[in-house]
Amino acid sequence: MSVGMERIDELGGAAALAAELKTRRWHRPSGWHVLLLPVALVMAFPFVWLIVASISTLAETRTFPPSLPHGFPVQWLTNLWHNYGDAWTQAPFGTWVLNTTIVSASCVIGNLVFCSLAGYALARIRFFGNGALFLVILATIMVPFQVVMIPTLLIIKHLGLVDSLGALIAPNLVTPFGIFLLRQFFKTMPVEIEEAARIDGASRLGTLVKVVLPSMGAPLATVGIMTLLWTWNDFLWPLIAIQTPPHMTLQLGLQQFTSAHLTNWPVLMAATVMTQIPMLAIFIVAQRWFVQSLASSGVKG
Amino acid sequence: MDRLLASEHLAGWGFVSPAVILIALFGVVPIVWSVVLSFQRNNLMTPGVWIGLANYRRLMQDPLFTQSIRQTIVYTALFVPITIAGSLAIAVALNRKLIAIRLYRTAVFAPVVTSTVATAVIFLWLLDPDFGIVNAMLHHFGAAPQQFFQSTSQALFCIVAMTVWGWLGFGVIIYLAALQGVPRELLEAAEIDGATRWRAFRRVQLPLLGPTTLFLIVWLSINALQLFDEIYVTTRGGPLHATTVVVYYLYTQAFNYFHAGYATAIAYVLFLGILVLTIVELLVGRRTVHYRS
Repeated sequence: MSVGMERIDELGGAAALAAELKTRRWHRPSGWHVLLLPVALVMAFPFVWLIVASISTLAETRTFPPSLPHGFPVQWLTNLWHNYGDAWTQAPFGTWVLNTTIVSASCVIGNLVFCSLAGYALARIRFFGNGALFLVILATIMVPFQVVMIPTLLIIKHLGLVDSLGALIAPNLVTPFGIFLLRQFFKTMPVEIEEAARIDGASRLGTLVKVVLPSMGAPLATVGIMTLLWTWNDFLWPLIAIQTPPHMTLQLGLQQFTSAHLTNWPVLMAATVMTQIPMLAIFIVAQRWFVQSLASSGVKG
Repeated sequence: MDRLLASEHLAGWGFVSPAVILIALFGVVPIVWSVVLSFQRNNLMTPGVWIGLANYRRLMQDPLFTQSIRQTIVYTALFVPITIAGSLAIAVALNRKLIAIRLYRTAVFAPVVTSTVATAVIFLWLLDPDFGIVNAMLHHFGAAPQQFFQSTSQALFCIVAMTVWGWLGFGVIIYLAALQGVPRELLEAAEIDGATRWRAFRRVQLPLLGPTTLFLIVWLSINALQLFDEIYVTTRGGPLHATTVVVYYLYTQAFNYFHAGYATAIAYVLFLGILVLTIVELLVGRRTVHYRS
């Protein structure tokens, strides 16, 4: 996430884009549809075909050339019931959803709290080592995950956390980039309001929680969504740190399920749909926040 | 030291201490440890043995490592320009008020929040050699069926196509955010001066997007060099190592063969590669991009 630092300035544009996404107006026909319609169809098609496979019978996915499943709507619904039911019973999906939710929620809360505290201190409090600490944080942002991956696993082993949710939570409780991002935002805020609160006798923590954070909605949402996307979709680290199905996350579980069920496409596709529904649903509801987060953090699924 | 200042030091360290402990434990210590590890023979179970630069020397004579670097470069050289050109075109098209614009945007953005594993599973199905829809389309137009992920000559290109699909929306979001920041007056002024729409875009809008493009080039390159998830789910580096990229090779060395020291040395070569490429891109960018964002 090293280049993100240059992106802070462009948040103005991201905010404008996010605000624009809210407005809805009808306009006259335009030649741009000739380009946009095929693009949108190509982008959406993999999802459509995924859903189609998930409501087909096994035999229908084994015919060439493929076609839409027969028997709309009764047979489609029956297939849907069977495939999604099979996927749910053949793998501990409930456990995986719960695990992923616990990991993501802990990491989102951890990042919001710890990055706010650290970012605020680095931006506003003149304590011994402030500058040096900031440099160390910048340095850790630059190092790719693959470099620290194996030693981190060894540390997790020493802590006795291998193959537990703790292995997924502990290293992701705070993100150096999140600290950096929030520090930059704290720096841009006028200091007068805080000083007024301090003179009125509020503590540092009180000032941060009651005066500063309420006006930091957008950057906090950015850090929250960045962490959510990262932890929900992360694959490499769970692959290394988790060994048994009861501790797997959705992505790791889906991969295991894939290797085991590559011959049963309808059930595999039903499983894939189920792992993606939560993120897609949140995305559609909160699209403008996602857009703003992606534009300023650079984290994607 | 007066009391107020002391309390400031205390407050400062109090605020940063949770982050400092976590970053020390999972950031600084692993970085230092990884340096040591890359000079060791280490199987993750028994204590490592110091072997100096042997890992790095071996890397230079490892044909599979060289091949993985070559394939990573080919992948990056295709993925980055295609994603940038595609997302620029789509962003320019989307940067206006149209009927169904929200539908278009949602369709373009949705792959971004789709996980790499799900993306890979979906494309395995689309590109299935026996029952996949893409072969059905080829069949419809009279072309022969293809092996896609199972072909040594096609697999890497299938990975490119799949990851471009996954990242296009990200590029579009970045470009759209930048385009919204371009003042409309500038374009109007150019058009009043007699510039065609295309010339106004080419001479006014495009140069203003320079810093954004530079950011995307750097950011997409960093991610492309670290490609792993999609390879693991679709091809496992095959067939015949045709899609073994650097991080996938690193993974197999560490967790299939338990050569943790060797794998960490690979990680450092990767780190160096990322640094060099980023610096080159930024230097070249500085000479061609004339606007600051």
